[in-house]
Amino acid sequence: MNESRKTFWDGVKAEIPLLVGVFPFGMIYGALALNAGLSVFASQMMSSIVFAGSAQFITTQLISEAAPGFVIVLTIAVVNLRHMLYSASLAPYLKHVSTTWKILLSYLLTDEAYAPSVIQYEKEGVKPHSHWFLLGAGLALWATWQLSTAVGVFLGANIPDSLQLDFALPLTFIAMVVPVLKKTPMIAAALSAGTAALFAYSLPFKLGLILAAFIGILVGVLLERTSGNRS
Amino acid sequence: MLIGGLITFSMRFSLIYLFGKFEIPETLKKALHYVPPAVLSAIIFPELFIQDGALNVQLANPRLLAGLIAILTAWFSKNTLLTILVGMAALLIFGWLQL
Repeated sequence: MNESRKTFWDGVKAEIPLLVGVFPFGMIYGALALNAGLSVFASQMMSSIVFAGSAQFITTQLISEAAPGFVIVLTIAVVNLRHMLYSASLAPYLKHVSTTWKILLSYLLTDEAYAPSVIQYEKEGVKPHSHWFLLGAGLALWATWQLSTAVGVFLGANIPDSLQLDFALPLTFIAMVVPVLKKTPMIAAALSAGTAALFAYSLPFKLGLILAAFIGILVGVLLERTSGNRS
Repeated sequence: MLIGGLITFSMRFSLIYLFGKFEIPETLKKALHYVPPAVLSAIIFPELFIQDGALNVQLANPRLLAGLIAILTAWFSKNTLLTILVGMAALLIFGWLQL
């Protein structure tokens, strides 16, 4: 039990730097949701029920454009397709845990909880208490997301645009991805996915993101195979 | 909203659950290592290079410059918090200088 608690807090600690980027993002969402005409209650509930930053932003946008319900639901599904990749990527590390655990962790599986957890798992391998790490990271993020939404809803339009707080989020991802770029296939995967994302940017509903991710993964695997054959 | 939440959840849950039941093929396991750098870079690049909906590769693009500084910071310090703070400071300073 002690080991579990330690792993849990390690997860919380690993999540803290990311929260710096997440907090303003949640505030901006809260303010936008109110502007789009959602009630205070609905804005907050969306953060608790959907709990997915970019999907919430796009939903807010669609609601303000009075898009029909099925379009909104379909958009959420496509925008969150990348979570299936995360799900697949974490599966090897979470094989041993019960279904209840898997349900809980799946609910908490966001970009920002996934990134530090997968990096930790790739470093440490599978351990009996691994799942506590994701729980710690996920819960820390969840609490912050609810709080920052509330602050955004409360402050409303009083957050100055000139602070450009939205930039904090890509910065957190830079901080996560740069240190793992050690071998050539990794670097090539990152560069090709990034470049592909620029070319596919005009595709709707973040489909470009998924396409780009697949291109990056393919490049990484192919390079790993050719360099493996040579050695 | 409930349906949206349910869909989000089920996509996150789907493969954790499925791969718990079946063995994961070796090639797929290898491919999964590339998920984090690929997805994260695909999120980062447009944030740096695309300005007002158009590609901007000039150095006068403050987000690109600030991003490059953040990448260097991340590379040398491996410190998440420092990277965010330096990147934000760089962006605000470039904004001030009207680059």
